[in-house]
Amino acid sequence: MNSIAAPQPLLEIEELSVKIASRRGMVAAVRDVSFSVAPGEILGIVGESGSGKSVTALAVMGILPAAARVGHGSIRFAGRALNLTGRRRGDREGLAIIFQNPRAALDPIRPVGRQLVDALRAHSPLSARQAAVSAVELLGQVRIHEPARRFWSYPFELSGGMCQRAMIAIALACKPRLLIADEPTTGLDVTTQKAIVDLLVALAAERGMATVLITHDLALASERCSRLAVMQGGRVVEIAETVEILRQPREPYTRSLIAATPRADEDTTTRTGGAPAAVAPPLLAVESLCRDYRLRAAGGMAARAWGQISRPGNVREIDILRAVDNVTFDLSPGESVGLVGESGSGKSTLAALIVRLIDPTAGRIRFRGEDIGAIPARHAARAAFRREIQMVFQDPSASLNSRHTAFDAIAEPIRRLGPLARARPLAGVVHELAEMVGLAAALLSRLPHQLSGGEKARVGIARAIALRPSLLVLDEPTASLDVRVQAVILDLLAKLRDEFAMTYFFVSHDLAVVRRVCERVMVMRSGQIVESGMTEKVLTAPDHPYTKELVAAIPRAAHRELIQNASAR
Amino acid sequence: MGSLIARRLAGALAVVASVIVVTFVLTRALPADPAVYFAGLGGTKEAIAAMRAKLGLDHGLLTQFFVYIRALAAGDLGHSLTTGHPVLDDLTRRLPASLELTISALALAAIVGLPAGMAAAVWPNSWFDHLVRVIATVGVAIPTFFTGLMLLHVFYFDLGWAPAPLGRLSSFAAPPPRVSGFYLIDSLLAGDLATFAAAAFQLALPALTLSLFAVAPLARATRAAMLEVLASDFVRTARAIPLSRAKILFVYAFGNALLPVLTTIGMVFSFLLGANVLVEKVFGWPGIGSYAIDALIAADYAPVQGFVLLMAILYILLNLLIDIAVIVADPRTVGA
Amino acid sequence: MDLARSVRSARLPPGSGSLILVAVLALTGVIAPWIAPYDPLATNVAEALQPPSVAHWFGTDAVGRDLFSRVLVATRLDLSIAVVAVALSFVVGATAGTISGYLGGWIDAAIGRVTDTIMAFPLFVLAMGIVAAAGNTVANIIYATAVINIPTYVRVARAEVLVRREAPFVQAARLAGNGPARVLAFHLFPNVAAPLIVQASLNMGYAILNAAGLSFIGLGVRPPAPEWGIMVADGAAYIISGEWWVWLFPGLALTGAVLAFNVAGDGLRDFFDPQRRS
Repeated sequence: MNSIAAPQPLLEIEELSVKIASRRGMVAAVRDVSFSVAPGEILGIVGESGSGKSVTALAVMGILPAAARVGHGSIRFAGRALNLTGRRRGDREGLAIIFQNPRAALDPIRPVGRQLVDALRAHSPLSARQAAVSAVELLGQVRIHEPARRFWSYPFELSGGMCQRAMIAIALACKPRLLIADEPTTGLDVTTQKAIVDLLVALAAERGMATVLITHDLALASERCSRLAVMQGGRVVEIAETVEILRQPREPYTRSLIAATPRADEDTTTRTGGAPAAVAPPLLAVESLCRDYRLRAAGGMAARAWGQISRPGNVREIDILRAVDNVTFDLSPGESVGLVGESGSGKSTLAALIVRLIDPTAGRIRFRGEDIGAIPARHAARAAFRREIQMVFQDPSASLNSRHTAFDAIAEPIRRLGPLARARPLAGVVHELAEMVGLAAALLSRLPHQLSGGEKARVGIARAIALRPSLLVLDEPTASLDVRVQAVILDLLAKLRDEFAMTYFFVSHDLAVVRRVCERVMVMRSGQIVESGMTEKVLTAPDHPYTKELVAAIPRAAHRELIQNASAR
Repeated sequence: MGSLIARRLAGALAVVASVIVVTFVLTRALPADPAVYFAGLGGTKEAIAAMRAKLGLDHGLLTQFFVYIRALAAGDLGHSLTTGHPVLDDLTRRLPASLELTISALALAAIVGLPAGMAAAVWPNSWFDHLVRVIATVGVAIPTFFTGLMLLHVFYFDLGWAPAPLGRLSSFAAPPPRVSGFYLIDSLLAGDLATFAAAAFQLALPALTLSLFAVAPLARATRAAMLEVLASDFVRTARAIPLSRAKILFVYAFGNALLPVLTTIGMVFSFLLGANVLVEKVFGWPGIGSYAIDALIAADYAPVQGFVLLMAILYILLNLLIDIAVIVADPRTVGA
Repeated sequence: MDLARSVRSARLPPGSGSLILVAVLALTGVIAPWIAPYDPLATNVAEALQPPSVAHWFGTDAVGRDLFSRVLVATRLDLSIAVVAVALSFVVGATAGTISGYLGGWIDAAIGRVTDTIMAFPLFVLAMGIVAAAGNTVANIIYATAVINIPTYVRVARAEVLVRREAPFVQAARLAGNGPARVLAFHLFPNVAAPLIVQASLNMGYAILNAAGLSFIGLGVRPPAPEWGIMVADGAAYIISGEWWVWLFPGLALTGAVLAFNVAGDGLRDFFDPQRRS
């Protein structure tokens, strides 16, 4: 929108610098950061971990951790200079913030409504009763069903999405003119993500509220924000209108970030040349596979929580949770198949079943015709198929023994399962594997805590392919990695797959990621496969309503779309 | 919640059953003929033989066990060789003295320890925090009996402020009419302030000694729990709103820190019941601890076994109360 | 690895002061009989109840024995009782807890029942009961102290194993071809060992206090053997008449020893703390 004079910025940050005391001494978390936010605008701050975006937010709100020291710089809100060392009473009226991991951000032993009442009474002179009434109203405004009943719910009784809505209600109670949303949807399911961001945008429009959306997801930020600030290593690398940044990124970092962001709308698949023809017999045949969990043992609270997550709206306790419900599919040799689902869909359970870490309750798993489901999981370690089916785990830190070096981790399967040809010593084999996955030989003697996230991921991959398995199951292998590292690792995985003609079973919550690696995809929900087909088709023309919901929820940041819509905004 | 409490109760009863088995085993592991000890004074050959028959010592172990249970149910814990009375009578008479001491010590420790731990957490790395940590570390290392002796030496021998360690009341004062057996409560109920003061005067040093042993773990646990809670995400939210410091500290932070602290109180009580015995010896306090020690030295075993059983039951009872308190305080436990 | 790095950077790891003190204590216990100025058992009634002096640094007791020598030599008995008791309870408790956590099922239930039963007693009281029943000997003090400490190790070992049993690195070890026994021995136990060792060092202090407490009330160690607990008990008789040195020095020795082990334990805990490794 054009205006004669630019409106007075609501928030002005100038040359802000923050250092944090850590074991390594003072670390500069924020360096000379300057930007402003106009009233009513939505600014996105995008950056990877360690970029300083969260620390900036905490500085604005005046709740930096005790170990932080603000250097120079100033923050002005609505024309007033804010105290940088802490929070004075009333000096940040009009500012509010919501955080990542909403359940942890709420007092676990206090009903959600009462926390909301506390917030309301901190900002307005209300009696307890008036505040309670306002609280129920606010809960309704953030689209929580049955707000009067939910007033008394504890955080553990609410799903992640509902907890975030409650947090938003608490933020609204602070009567904000500017709302900072620090990774508000990270960790939430894609469909919930969309709902929460829709809510935020709607509320911002209704109340004329400015929003600062902090996220690592460039696609999300560019879909919703009119302006973007890209941060790296504590500095603002580039700040401009979203269209400008996407169309003509000036900084190399911005360019690499854009290139690395997986997009569901563009064809970025690494599967060139199409899929191999389905050759009979299939490598893996799964038939009517079921896996049940008894919940009585885990306790009623778990039963209630599971009931919420897997079947929202259902508050009955369930006795037996059917994590995998009658799943049937085949994998042909050389195929790359993705399994997409949100949390609670059962995808990780299915992966664990295929790798034979756990036993099925019913159904069959056939590998090269042999019924490997019949071999109990506790004997699987020494079975014949062990070398053929391997897994890359989600969290590289948790899947490496913290007391073993990278060398030991990679060497272990070879020592335990591999026949070592006399002529090739172990060290030689391990070095070769390290080279294949792009891991510098010097890093092999390091322990996991001395390696970066990307390096640990490479060790996990080297270990998994050490015995040249025919089937590699990948359970969210890049979920905990920064987006640029993720792109590199995905390329590596594609290269290895082609080089060793492995069959991939790629589990992920992220359709865009799956698109890069898999030509076929299955969609899982509440233990069942609801749709299955070629990735292209499923993404562009889904059949099942749930798949449609999933696809619609993916943030889109395609150049074409944005440029088309720019004039409409 | 009700079913959860019922389940805890059932669990406690099961533990009591195991405890009874253990005390039975201990009784039968005595170096000499149990009949002699349970027959009591005036143990003639006939009396001992009768006791042997009564205890079923000529029969198998299982029969003896049932005999034991039946005796317990009837309240028969045997007779003390040294006092000549039934053990149960002796224990009931002396229990209030021990309870008064232990509860006073626990109350004192909580009143000092919990706020100290909280303050240490609110001002981390301040001189106060360091002081609390040092005192807590050293306090746990000093044997209770040593603390008692040091306090006695300073306050009785050197300064003359404290009374001689001769028991619950000086020889000049008479105990108040017995209602609960707690001199402090009974004297207040009788409106006798002089006796109240005298009893408190005698109680001061032993209670202080015992409480010093408990202050350290309580302060440490409170400090650790508060530090963790103050660094949590939900306290960050509270600060961001912002809620008042008092509300954040006492409602949000302490409410959550209370849960692990309650568990620590249970553990501390176990130490206190044990240390109680030592303090009673140092101060000549006429409770069940000194009763057991006197019996031990005189090779009089029935009181010792009765004492062990009683202490265990007290402890199980306290843990049950704490479990229930946690169930009530923490909504996440309901439904499990 | 951390130790090597800190030594290279010439900065001692935290808590090393207390480790040195513990080493000194152990050394004292070993060489005490040779460095004690007097025979700890030699009586000399003429010199009874003398306050500390140049001749007798800690004074003398009721029968004229040199207290400094007695306190020194008592180190051996007190430390060895504690070490043996802790070692016993560590071995039994850690094994039981690891098996209990890994196998689950009825074994877990049975071991849990035994542990709960032991923990149902105030521990010092149970020790009293065991020694009273089994007989008044030093060996029984050791067994009693060991028994009452077993539940701590069972709980720690079981909890640590439960946390790690389904951990991804354990799953990865299974995928690499490790059977259950190898997983337990090479992957689980090394990671579980660290908290157990911390527990053991923290427990040493408690074991010393426990043994001293039992001796104080007349159980276990018989006179004239020098042991800190009975020495304090002997001295307690003189609280009214003011010969403070008889009970003060053994008491200080007890406090010092327990303090050294506790601080060493805290230091070890920080050392093993994965979050400390930056």
